[in-house]
Amino acid sequence: MNGLQFVFLLAALVSLFSAVMVVSARRMMHAALWLVLTLMGVAVIFVTLQSSFFAVVQILVYVGAIAILIIFSVMLTRRVMEDHGDQILPGWRGAVLVAVLLFGVLVGFLTLWQGFSVMLVELPPDTDNVLELGKALVSPQEFVLPFELASVLLVAALIGAITIAVDRRKEHQR
Amino acid sequence: MIPLSWYLIFSAALFCIGLFGALARKNAVAILMGIELMLNAVNVNLIAFWHYHAQVRSGPYVHGLAFTTIVFVVAAAEVAVGLALIISAYRRRQTAVVDELTLLKG
Repeated sequence: MNGLQFVFLLAALVSLFSAVMVVSARRMMHAALWLVLTLMGVAVIFVTLQSSFFAVVQILVYVGAIAILIIFSVMLTRRVMEDHGDQILPGWRGAVLVAVLLFGVLVGFLTLWQGFSVMLVELPPDTDNVLELGKALVSPQEFVLPFELASVLLVAALIGAITIAVDRRKEHQR
Repeated sequence: MIPLSWYLIFSAALFCIGLFGALARKNAVAILMGIELMLNAVNVNLIAFWHYHAQVRSGPYVHGLAFTTIVFVVAAAEVAVGLALIISAYRRRQTAVVDELTLLKG
């Protein structure tokens, strides 16, 4: 086992363990902090795939924005489920069964594919993938339409989130 | 020099943990956390297959990266709208537990 494989296994174990803690932690705030650790582990996985651009994007978007949003909403919806009460639905055994079955089916079908045990070798350093991605995202022959649609989607989500979350009772009082 | 199978098994496990979280948790914010775990597993899968295709083609290949970018954007939009909905529901009903949000039950 070489160093890269060791790093991968370490990051994978840390993120899987903290993912289990995310779905099983009793306090919501602890679950949110475990989620941050999971997202960082996934960022390390991206680095081992030679996709450091997406590792940085993962840190910026997920840890920087999404995890902070989740922590904020945990704080805003406090006092309902602080410590007391079960955090898991009574039918959780069925959920475990579904998750384990899906894992078995996924891995079972993937082992049938002959590319399953291919070794991922280091990509040649002369091709700058981030440069090519930047060109492809704005080139009319490739992805300019999805790229612009994504910006429209982001604006719609922004306006929608503000419209939904605004407190209307205070507006009526004015 | 990591086998592709490690990435695929890792992302399948992460997806299934997220699926369990989305199915079994009571709190709506925890359900969104499960969905975030599932989206992350999909991103790991996409990047792993992008790496596989780039090494098979032995040239610049960006379709997988563009796909991953779009998944990131959609995940960010989804979590913003979802959390706004949860906060709005909390403000009206004083609860974020999906069992108690039974307005449509009649």
